[in-house]
Amino acid sequence: MPDAAAPLLSVENLKVHFAIRSGVFQRQVGEVKAVDGVSFSIGSGETLGLVGESGCGKSTTGLALMGLVKATEGQIAMQGAEDVTQMRGIPRSYRRRMQIIFQDPFSSLNPRQRVRDIIRAPLDIHGIGTIEERRAEVAKLMSLVGLRPDQADNFPHQFSGGQRQRIGIARALALKPDIIVCDEPVSALDVSVQAQILNLLADLQKELGLSYLFISHDLGVVEHVSHRVAVMYLGKIVETGSKEAIFTKPLHPYSELLLRSAPAHDPRKRHKFSAVSDDIPSATRKPLGCAFHTRCPLATDICRQIEPRLERKADGQSVACHHR
Amino acid sequence: MEHAEPALAVSDLNVEILGENGAFPVVSEMSLSVRPGETVCIVGESGCGKSMTALSLLRLLPDSARVASGSIRIHGEDFLAMDRRQVEDFRGDKIAMIFQEPLSALNPVLTIGEQIAESVRQHRRLGRREAFARAVKCLELVQMPDPERRARQYPHELSGGMRQRAMIALALACEPKIIIADEPTTALDVTVQAQILGLISDLQKRLGTAQILITHDLGVVAEIADRVIVMYAGRRVEECSVYELFDNPIHPYTVGLMGAVPHRDRTEAAPERLTDIPGTVPPLWDLPKGCAFAPRCPGASVRCLEERPPFLEKKPGHFAACWEHDNA
Repeated sequence: MPDAAAPLLSVENLKVHFAIRSGVFQRQVGEVKAVDGVSFSIGSGETLGLVGESGCGKSTTGLALMGLVKATEGQIAMQGAEDVTQMRGIPRSYRRRMQIIFQDPFSSLNPRQRVRDIIRAPLDIHGIGTIEERRAEVAKLMSLVGLRPDQADNFPHQFSGGQRQRIGIARALALKPDIIVCDEPVSALDVSVQAQILNLLADLQKELGLSYLFISHDLGVVEHVSHRVAVMYLGKIVETGSKEAIFTKPLHPYSELLLRSAPAHDPRKRHKFSAVSDDIPSATRKPLGCAFHTRCPLATDICRQIEPRLERKADGQSVACHHR
Repeated sequence: MEHAEPALAVSDLNVEILGENGAFPVVSEMSLSVRPGETVCIVGESGCGKSMTALSLLRLLPDSARVASGSIRIHGEDFLAMDRRQVEDFRGDKIAMIFQEPLSALNPVLTIGEQIAESVRQHRRLGRREAFARAVKCLELVQMPDPERRARQYPHELSGGMRQRAMIALALACEPKIIIADEPTTALDVTVQAQILGLISDLQKRLGTAQILITHDLGVVAEIADRVIVMYAGRRVEECSVYELFDNPIHPYTVGLMGAVPHRDRTEAAPERLTDIPGTVPPLWDLPKGCAFAPRCPGASVRCLEERPPFLEKKPGHFAACWEHDNA
């Protein structure tokens, strides 16, 4: 169960800014604040769902934690480890404890490598065990994720999408990490296969006590897997709280909009969706003040001028809104 | 509405792909009809033949595929017997398509307005200026913000949601009575999807079009369908009204799909585990002998593995292809 007292991972004020360069001399003409001051923590055995629409910075957040994009600013600390953002390069001791599963099981596996080599790669890199032990470990990992160990000599193209995602999961598990960043792990899969992978992730969490940062745009999936949820909009977390709080009494107007927009799975509860288009900004042209004010029914002058801060409300729910 | 003539009637359609080792079927014994004002959803997973069905309805199949047999009637006229000229006259005018990915379906080197005007001029005797004015009207119809300006912009200058509006405007330019939409909201964010679904149903109410909507998303089905066809491995496995589908699904595949989707409208307490369907969809060139779903089906019998179940009316208006339902 989640242990709130001592978070396993804590992230403070994480920023990832990308320069926009243009012209012959590639001068910097602007900046995209893809992640702009994000803070959260994840407890041991806990799943934090990070939900938002495309371009909100949720994937970049995951990549920054992995050191796959460089954080511009902020602190990332893991229980018992130093602040890794202060270092040049991310130390391997930290890398070992955090792994990632990608969205696309087709492009995230090297098509020229056999499955055994793909899954073994992390063990090789970190020099864990003898050759024999590594081979045995690969077989163990394959059965753990529901693959037949005798398929170890096959290449990725010989597997279906769901099986490939299992290969990616086995690779992520090889170093016995504490946390796995799941970046849209089921979005590219068919519904029937999606359920297999979600069930597998749940089983692994129970068995191995894993923590997940579960990044997804799919509200149904996020509600199913998460203990706590953070809602992102244009580089910022606008609301966070327990799953129950976010899904039953969302405070931020954007969270409300997201929940209202999700299709009902019941033809008797059809929505009356408005066809009207609203003014959706992007990270490159972020509005002043509250980034959501262009779409917000509650917006007033203060929203257009001053950016609201994430403030704690009852039940551990936090929201960044002047009106809530 | 029940008695209205179908705008589109497909019967016993078989589509095959010409592979290296001979032809194999991708759509088999497909029949469907849509009446004016009705929305039929075809739902299924990748490779079930739903997109191939859609493409064949517009005679837009790739060179590697062909209609092997069957008939497609549009307002009673035999669409498959028409020559290229006639097909081009029909397409866009009587029947039109909305594609999943507007960025690849729209022409990048023409402005939105020019593309719509081009389509209008193909079918109507209008001058350039009149056609462009018509294009702006179409953009107004799909509630494009600032339509005059947007008509002069290129696809890459628009957001995903606006591009999809532009594509719907393009499809509606000649007021076709039949619209085929292939995953029209799949590439969109959920808040934009809601707007586009709202738009599609508003427009249908106003224009009374017959609609076929292809999707993998049961949520979209629940929001928009009147009738639903569930496809698996190139065949219909179930067909009924949307209410009946969600209340009393018959086919084990449909039942499995419903349990596999985590969503917010479960009446019972959310289960910890989703009911997954073991295994994967069989490749179309190597289908099992009996029911294609039998190897994954929890209730499969020997007969299911040996003989393919016929697609029959199990109760009034509710069709399914399953042996075991008869025994239950």
